[in-house]
Amino acid sequence: MLSKRVIVCLDVRAGKTTKGVRFQGNIDVGDPVVMGEKYYLEGADEIVFYDITASAEGRPIDIEMVRQVARRIFIPFSVGGGIRSLEDMREVLLAGAEKVSVNSLAVRDPRIIAEGARAFGRQCIVLGMDVLRVGPRSSVPSGYEVVVKGGRERTGLDALEWARRAEDLGAGEICLNSIDADGTKEGYELTITSRMADSAGIPVIASGGAGTPEHLRAVLVEGKADAALIASMVHFGEHTIAGIKEFLASKGVRVRLDRTET
Amino acid sequence: MVFRARGKARPRDYNTRMASAAVAIVDYEAGNLTSVACALRHLGSDPIITRKPSEILDAERVVFPGVGAAGASMESLRKLELDAALKKFYESGRPLLGICIGCQVIFERSEEDGGTECLGIIRGSTRRFEFPGAVKRKIPHMGWNEVGFEGEHPVFSGIPRGSQFYFVHSYYPVPSDPLVVKGTAMYGGVRFAAAVAWGNLAAVQFHTEKSGPCGLRVLRNFLSWKPKR
Repeated sequence: MLSKRVIVCLDVRAGKTTKGVRFQGNIDVGDPVVMGEKYYLEGADEIVFYDITASAEGRPIDIEMVRQVARRIFIPFSVGGGIRSLEDMREVLLAGAEKVSVNSLAVRDPRIIAEGARAFGRQCIVLGMDVLRVGPRSSVPSGYEVVVKGGRERTGLDALEWARRAEDLGAGEICLNSIDADGTKEGYELTITSRMADSAGIPVIASGGAGTPEHLRAVLVEGKADAALIASMVHFGEHTIAGIKEFLASKGVRVRLDRTET
Repeated sequence: MVFRARGKARPRDYNTRMASAAVAIVDYEAGNLTSVACALRHLGSDPIITRKPSEILDAERVVFPGVGAAGASMESLRKLELDAALKKFYESGRPLLGICIGCQVIFERSEEDGGTECLGIIRGSTRRFEFPGAVKRKIPHMGWNEVGFEGEHPVFSGIPRGSQFYFVHSYYPVPSDPLVVKGTAMYGGVRFAAAVAWGNLAAVQFHTEKSGPCGLRVLRNFLSWKPKR
């Protein structure tokens, strides 16, 4: 039986990791390669490096950073935030990343999902989406609308419809981030997460709002997510990966508890 | 093709290397070899990445990775004449490790791509996950799953009970001879062979290079494995 995954997200800015509250007021919390290795050794199941400034400033992804990460961590990791083309995907994957994540690029040009899946395999392509609760309406029947640019721009796309379309195009996984919950530490958005997990034929990673281990349990059980993304919970030392996983295991959630010495 | 690096994808000492390589990673346009190379280097090995049959036949050990589809993989292997080289390498008695697709095409055939004739180093085939109507499981089987190892095999020694490994696959190996199965995993009610070994061949369905400390342990074991002739 598959385990539920605990994924650590490192937001990277100018070579440093940051964690913003609702995408604003970022503060530095350390070197991404060192942090990535630390979380790998602590038992993270996967790590996401999200170059949050790359797309906003039009900078390319820091490939050297990806190479350094690949030399030091031996679990899957993904890179997102600055992917602008198939060639960017190829570079990141060749540098050692297991997956690439596309978000606003896929909204602008959904063909990138199909092209990426065809070229590298669908397991490499993660569709990231930021969703905002807007209430049900004719154009957004689920009541959750896809937004881009850190929530500053609405797209008119319905979250569930966009997920279905991305899956049809060849996305291998969906990372669903709630803008309403992001950075609040008050818990994940369970409603849209469970609806998406029910309708999708591919894994759904829940993101945004984690503050306590109980929040992870809730989104992995009630929210039916395949994986939970965490960031500030562990970045500031309030919680450890091992502590979170032991809590989940104690509540009957199947997780990977590594038992070997390195 | 798609993962072929621009320029030289060789280690720095490739041109000056005179002696045979300690470890050769087979490059046959079936996915990304960076992680496998990184993991082997982390363990102190200095692998070459090669598509030359002669370099594979000269190597002391061969790692045979791969992702993607069986049909395309076999096509590439034949085109590059690596199918014969791999069989010949196996017959030499030196250690060979298959990973993921490399754990599937070592069998006689695959159900994938409308039935694919494979290398036939081990008797058996690969089959697609199918679940009874009531069972709803996502395909590919992707993520961390427990592998239960059976018996004692040098490549799978020292792995604590209950350890988990990282999988990404839609097909799984079905060996004809149950004796080759060294480890199994369970998905959607299907118990399948996740680790097999026969003679000087060991193969894992999981991505051992991405499976954390336990996965590295398998690679480390492989690097010091001396198969009995």
